Parts: sequence; structure tokens; C-alpha cells
Amino acid sequence: MDYFIELLFGGLTRGSIYALIALGYTMVYGIIGLINFAHGEIYMIGAFTSFIVATVLSIYGFPLLAIVVIAAVAAAVWSSAYGFTVEKLAYRPLRKAPRLAPLISAIGMSIFLQNYVLLAQTSDFLPFPELIPEFAFMEPVAHIVGSSDMVILVTTAVVMVALTCLIKFTKIGKAMRATAQDKTMAVLVGVNVDRVISATFIIGSALAAIGGLLIASHIGQINFYIGFLAGIKAFTAAVLGGIGSIPGAVLGSLVLGLTESFATGYISSDYEDVFAFSLLVLILIFKPSGLLGKAETKKV
Amino acid sequence: MQSGLKKKLLVAALSLGFAMAVPVAGMASDTIKLGVAGAQSGDLASYGLPTVKAAELVVAMYNAKGGINGKKVELLIEDDVCKPEVATNTATKLVTDGVHVVLGHICSGATKAALPIYKEAGVVVMSPSATNPGLTQSGDYPNFFRTIASDDAQAQTEVDFAINVIGSKKIAVVHDKGDYGKGLAEFAKKFIEESGKAEVVLFEGVTPGAVDYTAIVQKIKRKGADTVIFGGYHPEASKIVSMIKKKRLKVTFISDDGVKDDTFIKVAGKNAEGVYASGPNDNSANPLSTEAIDAHKKAYKEDPGAFYENAYSAALALLNAIEKAGSTDMDAIVKALQTEKVDTPVGKIHFDARGDAVGVGFAMYVVKDGKYVEVK
Repeated sequence: MDYFIELLFGGLTRGSIYALIALGYTMVYGIIGLINFAHGEIYMIGAFTSFIVATVLSIYGFPLLAIVVIAAVAAAVWSSAYGFTVEKLAYRPLRKAPRLAPLISAIGMSIFLQNYVLLAQTSDFLPFPELIPEFAFMEPVAHIVGSSDMVILVTTAVVMVALTCLIKFTKIGKAMRATAQDKTMAVLVGVNVDRVISATFIIGSALAAIGGLLIASHIGQINFYIGFLAGIKAFTAAVLGGIGSIPGAVLGSLVLGLTESFATGYISSDYEDVFAFSLLVLILIFKPSGLLGKAETKKV
Repeated sequence: MQSGLKKKLLVAALSLGFAMAVPVAGMASDTIKLGVAGAQSGDLASYGLPTVKAAELVVAMYNAKGGINGKKVELLIEDDVCKPEVATNTATKLVTDGVHVVLGHICSGATKAALPIYKEAGVVVMSPSATNPGLTQSGDYPNFFRTIASDDAQAQTEVDFAINVIGSKKIAVVHDKGDYGKGLAEFAKKFIEESGKAEVVLFEGVTPGAVDYTAIVQKIKRKGADTVIFGGYHPEASKIVSMIKKKRLKVTFISDDGVKDDTFIKVAGKNAEGVYASGPNDNSANPLSTEAIDAHKKAYKEDPGAFYENAYSAALALLNAIEKAGSTDMDAIVKALQTEKVDTPVGKIHFDARGDAVGVGFAMYVVKDGKYVEVK
């Protein structure tokens, strides 16, 4: 039973990590129907920004809490700027183009950003400082769920609730839903669609940056390539949960994380990915729109 | 270069033409012919060219002293591009030219293809870089020697260390699913099972680049392992080591020369302390090694490339064996290689009955105060 609980928490942590990135994918898809392949790179840039800020601040002897807060804010702002710019440069001019064009543009941005960080920073692995300390009160359960696991779990839950509220109860949320339903109609009733889309990219990128900080601190290392691998898994999770749906992205991520954890624990880690992707295939066969996705109705 | 090549081709054509009438004309000459074969062009040239330079330097040194037993040493350099199908031609060409001993080939596949031809002709071959275990262990090639440890030697070093020094009883063998890591892990598993002194409680591959290794670490704990042997590179090793610390697990972590890299210590930080890793023997304290590297810097104005010290040592060992044997007869050279110890950059070496250099191999290192230090 102990072993089961250990694997359960391992899977939940892994799932929450995927969820922090998957939320950005799903938000963008929900609004403009684009798979933003550069999202993994925005997450990586967030991790690099918080790495640089945290390193500089710790040289000046700031207290840990201040470092975490400042690094998180800096990473969120910086990544949002990247997300905003990428949308403006690479996707907005292609808004009216066939669906394939912005997709290719997104893949191009992904490759560009990866190589940009490779050249501007380094190709080496960098040691990421432990920004989440080992809390003393967690010590009795540290062998099951560590402090950083706990912080990631809580953050994901808070972010999901906050995002749902934002979309359900605020003005910008209403505008987002309107844009998602029908862009032309939204324009006709006075919604500034371009601004709504920019806001979506900014929120998604800020989330990815926070994820970058937490995940890098959990793993303890970063390099320019982390965004690609994490992005692929998070994208899988978003599709699993029903791309476009916010609770779906979180649910899909948790299902994916738990499947991987239990597959490793009870069968073999050699087959971790085999189980994860078999599950994806199965779910898509029986529920093509994902766990919580709405079936797409053709607009005539 | 062009005219040299033409000349070589002419000689090759002529010797082929006369081969029937005048059996191996080259034999009559008054020089010791040292063949150098390996990749000298193509994408693997960087593995083979340092060997040519090493041979040139050693031969120049011998000739400056007056040669071997009054005979000058002559170099015959042939390119095999690291391709087995080319290597057979290279070997035939060298044998036809009357080569006495060969330094090479560089790649394991090419070496394996060429060996039967040399064996037939009674030519001793010594590779500075072919690490495939079968080349010596199969016993098929009594004429083959090498100055580099074979792939399984590293796994053997790790397993011996775990069982005899650490006293491990239950070992988890984990790898990164790659050629190098998995190959090592499979050898480690085999050696642990053969020893009968410890048991392999887990043998699994992890996915490189995964965001979290909690599950595999919990599994290591559940299996009750006291030691983890990891085959792979440092990014995964540092993630696993950190996760082991986070999950309050007390195991000995042993890995390979993919982890014996300063980046590992930099990234894993304090979690790296106490990690063991195997790596090639440290030659930097050996004056001959310094001398060989200085000679290269002086002659070519740059640092030597891959396998340079192994090649330098092989050339020394071959020429020394001919000198001690007093002949170029294969059996005499083989006997001298096995009995006469020779001082080389990789240490004072001789060769075992299979052809592996005794004294060339792997040592264990441990991370202590942020540095790898050799475990004595």
C-alpha cells in the first residue's frame, strides 16, 4: 500500500508538471484553433530567465522568498513578452491563411527560439538552484511527497481554479469565450479580437514561465532542449484531456502522469512511453475529442 | 600528394603484376616495415589521423637512434575509411607490400574484417582503439593485440568494485536505453550474475529527458537495492542522484565514464558527493605521456587528437617487441609482446594471452569535495 501511495504521488507530481505547460497549449487552441508548438520554448525561456535572475539575486544575498517571488515575476513578464511577440510576428499575419501555414510557422518559431537560446546562452546543462527549500514540517512524509512536489501540486490546483474563474466571471473571460465561439460575430458585437488573442498568449506564457521556475527547481538542471521534450508530453496531455478545455488539460495531464508512474512502478520503465501513448490512442478511438473536449460542430 | 599517390598506385600495380613471378619482392629489403591502417579520410578521419602522427613521431625517434638492430623503420600508411569492405583491400595491399607489423585498424568493424588476411600472412596487428570485446575474447586472432581496454572491461571494473570493495549484495542496474549505456548495463548484469556474490534486483531503462524520475527511484527502494549501477550519461545520472537524495534513499551510486565528467558535479552539486564512477586510468602523472604530448605539440603545433597516447604506446610496443625478438617472425614477436614489459605513455605494459594490454584499463573515481579523485 505504501508503494502504491508513493507511486500515486509521483504520478500526481508528474501530471501537475505536464499540466502547467498543457494549460497554455489548450488556451491558445481553444481561442484560435492553433497548436502553438513554440509554447515549450516559452517554458524553457521562463526557466532560463528565472535561473539568471535567481543567480544574480543570490549573489547579492537576497532572502530565498524574495528571490523566488522576484524570479517568478521576472520570468512571467519576460516570457509573456516573448509569447506576445511570437504571436504578433509569426501568427497574426497568418490569421486568414489556411490552417497549415500558422502550424508550420509555429514549428519554425520553436526551432528558432531553441537555437537562439543555444547560441545566446549555452549548450551545456546548467545547475538550477533549489528555490523551493525542504520544509521541516514535510520531513516525516518526505520519502513519499517532497516539498517541491507539494508546491507544484498546490500551484497547479490554484492556477486551474483561477483560470476557470477568469474565463467564467470576468469581462476578458467573456471576450475570450466569445472569440472562441465565433471570431467574426465577436468583432461585430465590439470585441477587440486581436487584443483578446494577445491576452491569451500573455496569460499562457506567464503560466509556462511559472511552470519553468517550479519544474527546473524540482529537477535541478536546465538546458536549451528541455522545452521540446516537456512540450511534446504536455501537448499529448492536452489532447488526451480534450484540447481547448481547461479542466480537460489538467485531467489529461494527471491521467498521463499517473499512467507513466504506475507503468514504471508495476511493469517496467522500459515501457513507460508505450503505455502513455497506447492510452492516448485508446482514448482517441473511443472519444475522439478527448476526455472533456466538446465535439466540434461544423458551422455552416 | 598527387604524385605520391600515383607512385603508390604504380607500385601496387607493379607488385600485383610481379607477384607471381617474383614472390613478395618487398621482403628482400633492409628495412622494418611498419604498416599504419585506419580512417585517414572521410567523416571518421579524426579518429585515425592522430595514430598516423603518433607512428611518424615514434618512427622518427627510432630512426634517429639508428633504427632497430641496424635496420631503419619504414612507414606504410594506408586508408581504410573505417569501412570493413575497404579494410580487406587495405590489408591485402599492406601484406603485398611486405609489411612486418601493422598499427591499426581504428574501428572495430574494419579491424575484424582485416584480421584474417593478416593472420594468413603471419603479420602482428595492434589497434589503439578497437574496443569490441570479441576481437580478443573469441580467440580467433592470435596475431591481434590492443592498447585500449575493451567495452566490457569497464563494466567488469564497476562490478568488481561494487562486490569486493563496497560489499553490495542487491544491485539495481539502470540504463538510459542508449547503445553505450545499455551495452554497459548488460555486461554489468552478466558479470554480477556470474560472480554469484550479489543479485540483480532490477534491470531497467529510463527515458532520457523525462521531467521526473520519482517512480524508478521508488522502485529501486521497493526492490531493496543497496547499490545502483547506472549506464548512461551525466544529465540523467544527476537527476536520478538528486531524486534518490530527495526520497531519503540510502544507496551507493556507481556509474561509468559518461558520468565521470565535471559537468556532472557542477549540475548535481552536493548530491554528487560520494558518487562513484569508472574512467580511464589517469596517465597525467606518467612522464612518458607528457613527453609524447610535448613531441606532438612541437611537431604539429597543436594538441594531439583521439587515441593518440594509445597509438603512441602501440607503436612503441610493436617496435620494442621486434627489437627484443631480434626478428620479424610472427611467433617471436607475439612471444616478446607477452613477456617483455615496455614503458609507454599508458603505463608499463605487456599483453595477456588473448592480446589485451595488462595494466591498461579503468580505475574507479569518487566525488569528494566537488572533485573526482581516484579510489586507491
